[in-house]
Amino acid sequence: MRTKSMLVGVSTLLMSSSLMFAGTVSGKVTFTGTPAKPKTIDMSKEPSCAKQHATPLTTESVVTGPNNGLENVVVYVSSGAPDDGQVPAQAVTYEQKGCQYLPHVLPMHVNQELKITNEDQTSHNIHPLAKVNHEWNKSQPPGTPAISEKYEKAEFISVKCNVHPWMHGVFAVMNTNHYDLSKGGGAFKLPNLPPGKYTITAWHEDYGTQTADITITSNETKDVNFTFKAKAY
Amino acid sequence: MARLFAITIVVIAILSAIPILRHTWVAPEDISTHGALIDEQMSETMAEAGISFLAAQFILAFFVWKFSNRAPDAKLKKFPGGAKGLVIGALLVVGIEVMALGLFGVKAWANVYLDAPSANAMPVQVQAGQFAFYFRYPGVDGKFGGLHPELINEGSQNIFGLDPEHDVDARDDIVAAEMAIPVNKEIHLLMHAKDVGHSFFVRELRVQQDFVPGLDVSLHFTATKIGKYEIVCTQLCGLGHYNMKAYLEVMSQQDFDDWLKKQAGQ
Amino acid sequence: MHDMSAPVAHQHAPPTSFIRKYVFSLDHKVIGKQYYGLALLAAYVGMGLSWLMRFHLAWNSTAIPGLQFLSASGAPGGVMTPEYYLQLMTMHGTIMVFFVLTTAPFAAFGNYFLPIQVGAEDMPFPRFNMMSFWVTFTAFLVLMSSFFVGDGPTLGGWTQYAPLNAIGSVGGPGQGTGVVLWAVSIALFCVGQLLGALNFISTTLDLRVKGMSMMRLPLSAWSWFITSCIGLTAFAVLMPACILVILDHVAGTSFFVASGLVMNDQVLPHSGGSTLLWQHLFWFFGHPEVYIAIVPSMGIVSHILLANQRKPMLSQRVLIYSMGALAVLSYMVYGHHMFVSGMNPFSSLVFSFPTLVITIPSTIIVLIWTFSLYGSKLRINSASLFSLGFISMFVSGGVSGFFLAQPSIDIMLHATYFVVGHFHLVMGVAAMFGIFAGTYFWFPKITGRMMSEPLGKLHFWLSFVGAYCIFMPFHYLGMAGNVRRYSTFVDDFLQPLIPVHKFITIAAFVTGAAQLIFLYNLFYSRFKGAPAPDNPWEATSLEWSTATPPPFDNFGGKHPIVYHDPYQYGVKSSVGDYVMQTSPEQVETEFEEK
Repeated sequence: MRTKSMLVGVSTLLMSSSLMFAGTVSGKVTFTGTPAKPKTIDMSKEPSCAKQHATPLTTESVVTGPNNGLENVVVYVSSGAPDDGQVPAQAVTYEQKGCQYLPHVLPMHVNQELKITNEDQTSHNIHPLAKVNHEWNKSQPPGTPAISEKYEKAEFISVKCNVHPWMHGVFAVMNTNHYDLSKGGGAFKLPNLPPGKYTITAWHEDYGTQTADITITSNETKDVNFTFKAKAY
Repeated sequence: MARLFAITIVVIAILSAIPILRHTWVAPEDISTHGALIDEQMSETMAEAGISFLAAQFILAFFVWKFSNRAPDAKLKKFPGGAKGLVIGALLVVGIEVMALGLFGVKAWANVYLDAPSANAMPVQVQAGQFAFYFRYPGVDGKFGGLHPELINEGSQNIFGLDPEHDVDARDDIVAAEMAIPVNKEIHLLMHAKDVGHSFFVRELRVQQDFVPGLDVSLHFTATKIGKYEIVCTQLCGLGHYNMKAYLEVMSQQDFDDWLKKQAGQ
Repeated sequence: MHDMSAPVAHQHAPPTSFIRKYVFSLDHKVIGKQYYGLALLAAYVGMGLSWLMRFHLAWNSTAIPGLQFLSASGAPGGVMTPEYYLQLMTMHGTIMVFFVLTTAPFAAFGNYFLPIQVGAEDMPFPRFNMMSFWVTFTAFLVLMSSFFVGDGPTLGGWTQYAPLNAIGSVGGPGQGTGVVLWAVSIALFCVGQLLGALNFISTTLDLRVKGMSMMRLPLSAWSWFITSCIGLTAFAVLMPACILVILDHVAGTSFFVASGLVMNDQVLPHSGGSTLLWQHLFWFFGHPEVYIAIVPSMGIVSHILLANQRKPMLSQRVLIYSMGALAVLSYMVYGHHMFVSGMNPFSSLVFSFPTLVITIPSTIIVLIWTFSLYGSKLRINSASLFSLGFISMFVSGGVSGFFLAQPSIDIMLHATYFVVGHFHLVMGVAAMFGIFAGTYFWFPKITGRMMSEPLGKLHFWLSFVGAYCIFMPFHYLGMAGNVRRYSTFVDDFLQPLIPVHKFITIAAFVTGAAQLIFLYNLFYSRFKGAPAPDNPWEATSLEWSTATPPPFDNFGGKHPIVYHDPYQYGVKSSVGDYVMQTSPEQVETEFEEK
């Protein structure tokens, strides 16, 4: 017990010392061209959900922000960063509310606990279409406890609810804690990167993948931008 | 004990008949042009089945009451008519009864299934997939775009697998999750299954038809009453079967045209 | 014992080792008892599943304490998920139809009593007979194993409609391994029943003793014979159909999956199969299966009623012909399960007429039973009560067939609770009543002890009234448009019907509990029941002419000789108002079969 806590203490010390010289990658994800207009989702089949949305939901596979910013892009260090192997102790939560997945894209670390909750009055089924990991398909009736799962391998997994075909989301399971999801104007930020050579990857569920190779020296903030070509249909 | 048995089946028979005579649980009111014949067929069958049911139970009860636990020296009796009488009776009465039912029923069935839809029937396509119905209207060009199963993407709501990029006919196709139709207009429903077997059942419309994966079938009907009705799936299609439904909105022609415009704008 | 002035049969010694005597026995009587035990186990498993389903239908968000230990993902926190409901439902249907309704009245009683009733020492192929049971038992184990493998049993219903049965696990939980296990189990079951049918047919045709003409066979023997003829053709179609399903799963074939189907936004790799093909194959078996379940009970009930009404049937010949007509017609009507399936609507009309015609032999059978009671001296006991209950149930379930035989009405009633009510009454409850009647009637012969009559009667009353309380309302629900196979009623339309479901659920719990009385009676009487005489019911057929329980070779080294028609009741003889088939005594009767 004591040895273990001592080890944890030492490793924390080592890590924080490396963090003192850490750099940051930040930037923006944008698109060129005209993306397809988001389509309105008709939930009339499930009245208890439909009434939760004053204005109907639209599809979330392409979400744009001001100045051609592209949201919901997973930007992460795909190689170069020694994976510290540290699985965050805190679980990530995936919420089903109003027959919508919140958040639409959920990044997580390999083996990190994933909690799925159902806030609706209807039964959902969560069907992540994993190909590398084990595929499962579980129903969650209203009022039942959260489902707890984890994924053992890195994979971007498309998530579906078979009962409500419009419900669609993504589990982004990665071997690193250095990731971010592009927000508002497409901005992202990967802090705490020790000096070194890295490959940064940006992944979008419809538009694909882009990568950038960079080198970080200590305490540097590097600007990296990604531009995706939008599809009209 | 025999008398108790006789009384019990009489009571059960009568209690069973009461909800039927009082119309406690009946199908909702018919809103179709073809449904009246089906309803008529149903009530005639109910009368004949009901009489057979009550008669059989009462006779059984009566014989059990009368002929059980008799004194050891009681005399056995033969049924006067004998088996021959019963067989001839059954052949004549039941035979004619069921044949008549069957023949009258042909018309009710043919109405829905054997007559072709009229030339100006409005085409609507319905696609059934786990676990929702989606509906497609051909748009202003009157033509449905082709289906490309490999393009189906529910996340981006390409439900039917349309290819508007290359297929001009598909660009104005209107896809909706509820089925709106104008009142008093014949609808030609084109039924397409995306994945497994499903069924299209609207109680008020008196239609039920399975979807056959790999084989598109069609139905035609005319709704006569404005209102909102449930379309439910009746073919076990998987875990969400119980929740596979959509709404049928029967509207005035004007409301329908407005609805279609609104859908086209989305 | 009556006069058994017959030639001495060649005696073979009974086996002595435990394994040969009780486990891998070649004795048709032991095999019959094994089948009965299997059916009993299966019936209570099936009933337990129905309790869980009924509870969920009435109180769908209430946890069932402990259910989460049966399946953590199927019932998180004890609340049943929609797929688990469907999985339990599929298992309930499969277990009940195959392992109870087919095995108990046909394989169990038939195995035990058919050779005895024809006067044989055993069946002609005892090894096939032994295989038949053990293959069936294996089938049951394979089916049950699906509860514990992968994501549970298949959820596709006992009819396993294509293409859901052939696309694999993309179809939902249990549609991968679960379906394969189901199909393997049913294919094995078919093998078991085919072996059984072969034995039954050759026993009836070849092993009848001297004097036992076909028309002197008891009605129970006739019903088993007719049933085996149906089984031979019906199971021979289902077995290959199941093999094709297995191939679709493991060999990449596409017998039942059409091209271009899309699941989870992915086009399935299958192409060129036919969805409707499965339905044709399945129902070609499925409709005759209804008669496989019910015809043996018809024979058993006739046999029992005759012994209790002390008077022959109005016409035994007409009853046999009618049962035969049912068997033949059963192949010509299967399309009525497919009226709205998408098959040619003209075919629906063609199938509807033979279906309506089935009403005629069914009516004749009911009339013969009922009017044979006229002028009789009916004895009331557990066996005769269940037989009378059988007639009542058969009528109640039968009249709803009027509706379902007509395609136009089927538009409204197809896939509703009306259908569920119909087949539960006519082939479920009625056949169960036949099994119960047979049990109360033959238990003394099999075990040498009587069953408790008071407990038997209590069991009857609770079951009879209870079954009506459960299944009559099913018809009303169906007429109101309540669709079957829904795990929860979320449609606005179905909300007002939920109180009816609650009533049914309560009735199901009471009726189910009553079956525990039967179980108690069965085991209590087996060990503590009053000793039974050789012929407690003063009956005439061969099983009552031998010792109780019958010796290993059935007639103690002799071949009986048959002198009479099977049901010589209402006569004056040296023993009373009946004369046994094996008695050479000449009696006069005005009730002689003409």
